[in-house]
Amino acid sequence: MNDAGVGFRILKEKLFLVGVLALSFAVLVPLLLILIYIVRNGIAAVNWGFLTSLPAPVGEEGGGISNALVGTGILIVLACALSVPLGIATGIFLSEYRKGRLSYFVRLSTEVLQGIPSIVIGIIAYSWVVIRMGGFSALSGGVALGIMMLPVVIRSTEETLKLIPDSLREASLALGVPYYKTILRIILPAAMGGIMTGILLSVARIAGETAPLLFTAFGSPFMELNIFKPMNSLPLLIFNYATSPYPDWHGLAWGASFVLVVFVLAMNFIAKVATARWKVKF
Amino acid sequence: MRVLYIAAFCMLGLLIGILITLLVGSGPALEKLGLGFLYGDTWDPVSDEFGSLPFLIGTLVTSFLALGISIPFSLAISIFLGEYFREGPLSSFFRSAVDLLAGIPSVIYGFWGLFVLVPVVRTIQIKLGVPPFGVGVFTSSVVLAVMIIPYSAALGREVLELVPADLKEAAFSMGATRFEVVRKVVLPYARSGILAGVLLALGRALGETMAVTMVIGNSNFIPGGIFSPANTMASVIANEFAEATETLYVSSLVEIGLLLFVVTTVVNIAGRQIIKKTSIEVRV
Repeated sequence: MNDAGVGFRILKEKLFLVGVLALSFAVLVPLLLILIYIVRNGIAAVNWGFLTSLPAPVGEEGGGISNALVGTGILIVLACALSVPLGIATGIFLSEYRKGRLSYFVRLSTEVLQGIPSIVIGIIAYSWVVIRMGGFSALSGGVALGIMMLPVVIRSTEETLKLIPDSLREASLALGVPYYKTILRIILPAAMGGIMTGILLSVARIAGETAPLLFTAFGSPFMELNIFKPMNSLPLLIFNYATSPYPDWHGLAWGASFVLVVFVLAMNFIAKVATARWKVKF
Repeated sequence: MRVLYIAAFCMLGLLIGILITLLVGSGPALEKLGLGFLYGDTWDPVSDEFGSLPFLIGTLVTSFLALGISIPFSLAISIFLGEYFREGPLSSFFRSAVDLLAGIPSVIYGFWGLFVLVPVVRTIQIKLGVPPFGVGVFTSSVVLAVMIIPYSAALGREVLELVPADLKEAAFSMGATRFEVVRKVVLPYARSGILAGVLLALGRALGETMAVTMVIGNSNFIPGGIFSPANTMASVIANEFAEATETLYVSSLVEIGLLLFVVTTVVNIAGRQIIKKTSIEVRV
């Protein structure tokens, strides 16, 4: 292949392998550092009081993140309520009408939607909800997060439905079951596992989103249950505390980061286990 | 099934609605500032001057620097997982690690960058004799690079796995070493797929907001060097949108959002077109 001696070529090969290994393992360094910092600083802050009490003003001992936990929960529920039905229906549409101009454009817009920077989604939710309703609200945050969830739900629904064999649908139709019942009673139940996995993954994705909430849910120091009022969420709390000048608040932010990372990783883990268990197999 | 059609049209409507909202929202700025918006280098809301050039440059510099930093690493991981260690415990460990890296929320990257990376960069800056801001273009690029590695690495691995074994075996049988096979057979074959991964990573980097906002230093001037503080398109929106009250101010920020939308969409679509041509399923 070239004029260099075999020994030299083998040496190059060895060096290459070492280089690949070194660079690959180097990537683990930031990951480990991040995890170590979060665990070390986070564990110190997390206890029962931390999870159940409200944020304390600067200078006061203690203080917690209960309102952010509740807020994140409410925002996720809102986002799911808005995006899951539409996402599943669109996913079914794409798998039922695989070809055709409308499907092409719907697929394209799903891809475009997935690529839109989250901050731009924030602007959209602000223009659509916050301006109309005259103030920051959890609902607008839910809309923003719902838009972010949609592409993932659509994709996972479509991908799962593609795996379901036509014979199942044909059997149902041959028995005289109407088309909509075939989809609702036969196709959807068979695909439920995959769709649920997609929803879990998308929840994991939006649980950590901050940018679209900056000027929609906005954050609040109180326990807020009214979805028409500004509401706190974990990532917002981390952002506000991390960028504040008070060391006490930094401690709270580490604690909140720990909780958030555990939540997101748990979601991902459950989704992974679920994929293995609920795999569509025929 | 009428419901399905309604859902499909809703999706189309959603995207068109987003585009229209951005266009309408940036209307006043488009009208009043015209093209000057793109090359004006002064951003001074107090005196109603809105030039977005500092942010355009800030975004481009941080994203491409991050891309430059991340490519060797993501390529190494792709080769590691797609060629050398396809199976086995080491491989699955690495795969989970990369997934983990992709799963960490960006606000936490920013938080970590602010408290761990910034002091490190500050020490480096003192040694180099440049003003020790700590925050700035370089710090953001490093954080961004870590964040985008999983995206290009995951796609890179998939395309490397798709390289036909015949081709590699042919090269091996002629006495090529593994390195020569990778360099002369595998990489050229997978070139377009790797490029697609890089484009998707670029799309992520361009639009990434929180991590960058926290470590870039928020200065509305064209960055003087890689260590100076700056602002990106996404970070300026994050910082100023909630406070902007005047129509022109708000609509200038929305116009930056519109630009960001257009740029990321073009980059993403380009990446996905390449993927479709090479017919690989993406799971990003």
